Amino acid sequence: MGVRQLHRTEIQINRLRRPRLSWRGAPETDPVQRTMSLNRIASMGLLALIISLACLGNSTASAAGLKEALQGLGAKSRRTILRSIKVLGALGDPAALPALEALRDRKLRVDEQGRVLILDGGGAFARDIVTGERVAVGSGRLRSPVINNRVRRVLLPVIARLQLSSSSPEVRLAAARELAKRPRPDAAGAIRAALEAERDDEVRQALQLALAQIEIDSQDPRRRLSAVRTLGASADANVRERLRRMLQTNEAGEFTMEPNPEVRAAAADAIRTIERRLALVSLSRNLFYGVSLGSVLLLAALGLAITFGLMGVINMAHGEMLMLGAYATFVTQNLFRTYLPGWFDWYLVAAVPMAFGVSAVMGMVLERCILRHLYGRPLETLLATWGISLLLIQTVRLVFGAQNVEVASPTWMSGGTEVMQGLVLTHNRVAIVLFVFFAVALVWVLLRRTPLGLRVRAVTQNRSMAACMGVSVSRVDMWTFGLGSGIAGLGGVALSQIGNVGPELGQAYIVDSFMVVVLGGVGKIAGTVWGALCLGVVNKFLEPYTGAVLGKILVLAFIILFIQKRPQGMFALKGRTAEG
Amino acid sequence: MHVEPVSRGPRCHGLEPKGRAPSSPREGPDTSHGVILYVEGLTVSFDGFKALDDLNLYIEDGELRCIIGPNGAGKTTLMDVITGKTRPDAGTVFFGQSVDLTRLTETQIAQAGIGRKFQTPTVFEQHSVFENLELALRGDKGVWHSLFARLTGGERERIEQVLELVGLTESMHVRAGLLSHGQKQWLEIGMLLVQDPRVLLLDEPVAGMTAGETDRTAELLTSLAGERTVVVVEHDMEFVRNIARRVTVLHEGRVLAEGGMDAVQNDPRVIEVYLGS
Amino acid sequence: MMGSRFDRLAGMHSRRGWLVTALVAAVGIVGVPVLNLVPPPGTWLHVPDYMVMLLGKFLCYAMVALAMDLIWGFTGILSLGHGVFFALGGYAMGMHLMRAMAGEGVYRSNLPDFMVFLDWKELPWFWYGFDRFWFALLMAVLVPALLAYVFGYFAFRSRIKGVYFSIITQAMTYALMLLFFRNETGFGGNNGLTDFKRILGFSLQAPSTKLGLYIVTAVLLLLTYLLCRYIVTSKLGRVLAAIRDAESRVMFSGYNPLHYKLFVWTLSAVLCGLAGALYVPQVGIINPSEMQPAGSIEMAIWVAVGGRGTLVGALVGAMLVNGIKSWFTVVSPELWLYVLGALFIGVTLFFPEGAAALLNRFPKGKGSCTSNR
Repeated sequence: MGVRQLHRTEIQINRLRRPRLSWRGAPETDPVQRTMSLNRIASMGLLALIISLACLGNSTASAAGLKEALQGLGAKSRRTILRSIKVLGALGDPAALPALEALRDRKLRVDEQGRVLILDGGGAFARDIVTGERVAVGSGRLRSPVINNRVRRVLLPVIARLQLSSSSPEVRLAAARELAKRPRPDAAGAIRAALEAERDDEVRQALQLALAQIEIDSQDPRRRLSAVRTLGASADANVRERLRRMLQTNEAGEFTMEPNPEVRAAAADAIRTIERRLALVSLSRNLFYGVSLGSVLLLAALGLAITFGLMGVINMAHGEMLMLGAYATFVTQNLFRTYLPGWFDWYLVAAVPMAFGVSAVMGMVLERCILRHLYGRPLETLLATWGISLLLIQTVRLVFGAQNVEVASPTWMSGGTEVMQGLVLTHNRVAIVLFVFFAVALVWVLLRRTPLGLRVRAVTQNRSMAACMGVSVSRVDMWTFGLGSGIAGLGGVALSQIGNVGPELGQAYIVDSFMVVVLGGVGKIAGTVWGALCLGVVNKFLEPYTGAVLGKILVLAFIILFIQKRPQGMFALKGRTAEG
Repeated sequence: MHVEPVSRGPRCHGLEPKGRAPSSPREGPDTSHGVILYVEGLTVSFDGFKALDDLNLYIEDGELRCIIGPNGAGKTTLMDVITGKTRPDAGTVFFGQSVDLTRLTETQIAQAGIGRKFQTPTVFEQHSVFENLELALRGDKGVWHSLFARLTGGERERIEQVLELVGLTESMHVRAGLLSHGQKQWLEIGMLLVQDPRVLLLDEPVAGMTAGETDRTAELLTSLAGERTVVVVEHDMEFVRNIARRVTVLHEGRVLAEGGMDAVQNDPRVIEVYLGS
Repeated sequence: MMGSRFDRLAGMHSRRGWLVTALVAAVGIVGVPVLNLVPPPGTWLHVPDYMVMLLGKFLCYAMVALAMDLIWGFTGILSLGHGVFFALGGYAMGMHLMRAMAGEGVYRSNLPDFMVFLDWKELPWFWYGFDRFWFALLMAVLVPALLAYVFGYFAFRSRIKGVYFSIITQAMTYALMLLFFRNETGFGGNNGLTDFKRILGFSLQAPSTKLGLYIVTAVLLLLTYLLCRYIVTSKLGRVLAAIRDAESRVMFSGYNPLHYKLFVWTLSAVLCGLAGALYVPQVGIINPSEMQPAGSIEMAIWVAVGGRGTLVGALVGAMLVNGIKSWFTVVSPELWLYVLGALFIGVTLFFPEGAAALLNRFPKGKGSCTSNR
């Protein structure tokens, strides 16, 4: 999941990058962007003017060199490509960026006339790398230049160095980080120049880190010292390794790498700081992923807590309610794609009530037709609902096919926010966590603050007494079951955004959600919330050490042992009635 | 209706089972001080609500004690604690001088010689009346023994005798689930009797019985006292007046009054609790 | 005393019950093999080889159904983990069959093929001893027994009952299935154990071996049935039913339900393990899909269809449901899940007593116990 997400983020950044990079005044620059970076453009423009004035004499020569190097990117020989990249890096002209990026993204082509082209518009047409002229593709055979990892290692820092003069702080930040990842002494000049002009604090810090990684090899102990001190602000395990290498000793206990004791002390300090920060990052990451896993579990278990906890009906088809919710999302998405493509990004908003409705109606139908005849016979209910789940799975399989279906995330949910160096909160997970808390709050209000909730609680506590008071017990049963199932449908919407949607979707979650309800204690919404979050977080913390499967087994063992101590779950209902 | 007089012979109403060795005298509790149940400082709370609040109660060996009190006074909770169903938050329950019941499980307490009848009659509904009694019969209750057990003549006789006593001889082979409510009450009492306990705890034994059945129960319970200790929780005041020598009134988890029926009934505090101020 | 023991055994069935039992046993143990061997193939009396194999498989299922009925029908504890015990028994036998063909695999190695494939250099410790048949057979019952005992001890001690117990057993099933799917666990991962060659020197491909396995299974099923019958007609059986109906009364009568539940739960697991060990040489494969939670629930439906709390019902149910399943998977596999789902719903809703309710019209042996829980 993480990888897929990262890729999406990358694509997203690329998409943003293209128009903003055309600071030479290309017409497609977004107006908002333009106002925002007006200052910068002005200053950069001034800088460019001065430089071009200064270099007026040999500007024609460098333009020719640029053209030649760009052509070289399309060469058959990998060595020529490599040399061209280096030349472009040395020239430092951002005009070469689109070509270099196209090379990186495998969008560079060479046609039969030897023109180097950049594919554009999803491969519909191409632009000449030198003239910028639009060329139709498909007529002739195109060759794509072959690059390997060795080329990429050179290519990426060059791109980053050129991006340092981009107008977008995001691009500059990414570029600075790229340079820090692959420190190269020849980039030092460019970084220093960029530092001079940089106003954004975040980018400045990243640049300083990148520079420090280069200067750490300096001959001057003072420079090394300041570099080491700067590196203490990093959260990169590679930096830590680099610093550790400074402290290496030989068998005699002499420091072989770093002669200066002051620098060594600073390095030891920096290592400690970095380790603390790394631990914090990994803790926060586990916590975030744990909470997001837990919140999905919570949506699955919350419905169960209502049907099982409040009504005492064990519904093995509960997982299938999730599955129906996910398929309802899928259908809504397809409807939007067909009929409202302009609103496609907002299909989820429509999918939420849709999924709730489908699952809730299905739940109410089941309750009316089957479950009400089985009240007071929990084991029979278990078997009958299992039968229902088989029917639902098989029906979905016949209608939608046995394969997983594709549910796309809206663009506003892709990407992520970096809250800390090395910790990216992906937007879809954040959205799910928020959505879940909204749903929990809704359920709580519904149960605690509405007449329906009052009736549900009354029926839960004493059916016959509630009936005597004029509550229509059977209708309340139906609504309660519908509510529980509908919430499972909401869970399906959430799941469709982070996992595969297939007929067996529900089966994977049913065991876990029952564990949540058992752990949290039956009949307590708060218990379910804590149970789900704990289970999610514990799972995520165990995974790196034990692997997912052993983690699951350990969690199960833990639950069984936990129930030994607290048979009624975390939030015990005590008293004579609880035994009943 | 008349109850067959029950003799006060050692243990089994003087009817020693033949064939198998008579049920060996149980390792009884040490009642050298005349008291068989010591309930001291007992506190049980459910979610902050104190069902029992520092309760002290002493039951003498061979006594017939009635416990009354309004709803929520803690009567059933007291029974639950004595039989091990509920663990107290504080306090002790001693069976004789040395057996601390709060440390034993339900099974161990039953084997130590305390029998209990539930508020709603609890019998094995899928079994016949005879099988119900057979299962309750005193003896080895281990798994292996049960696997190979066969009823001895003496045991069969004992069951038949109790059947006679509770008036269920006719319905011996009827499924217990088919009995009337009153008959189930009797069956449960019969199960208690074959279990041969030292202390019988009865939670509302005459609920759902006809007047005649109630009288018979009263006679039976009075006849049991002396050799056994009988503790009855009851709402039916007429019934309590019939059998009780000593009455304990519980209120809000504490003993409100204790003594003879007349004294208790005239106690102003009891009147206030029952009738309200 | 001998006399009374004999009475006790004879009293398990009425005279008529014994007659029917003997008749069915004779048809199963002697009749089917004779019909397989004597009439020429193609005639209507002839029982073809594939049918013998199918019946042998069904008999294993029937044994599982008996085990399931002991714990669910008679004691009221619905286990959704019997597939695990069955599979563990199967794995124990499968491990023996793998070891018995050491050096004859695709790689001609002393190790089972999948270990060679995973580049393992030596046998893991838990495979030691499985080259001996008796050891494998012992493990086929001991391992499920141990798992059941430990799991049951913790679950019953903390008084987990009803649906809670069912759910926890299902979670156990799920977790163990995931474990066995891993290659690192050492049981062949996804593919499980298969391509067996021979058992005790007899080729597993030979029809005569298959017939022999069928007869062994049938005899063991008869013995299992008699054992179960003995148990449910004993006082122990009555205590079990009493636990099902009113556990607190059982406790207050001085029985410790924990011991009784553990006994019958462990015994049930042992019978499942035995069934699994008989099943694997007949079908020639064991893999983690036998542990799927769905499989364990299906076992419950065999018993429910036949009728809980009657041993005959369990036998009939297992045969019936699996017969229908075999027929449907040939005729229309998509429809089978609908039929199964409908069975689950229909039986619980309309026939809680199962098919045995129809048989119940006939007089039964004393002490038989029917349930409508």
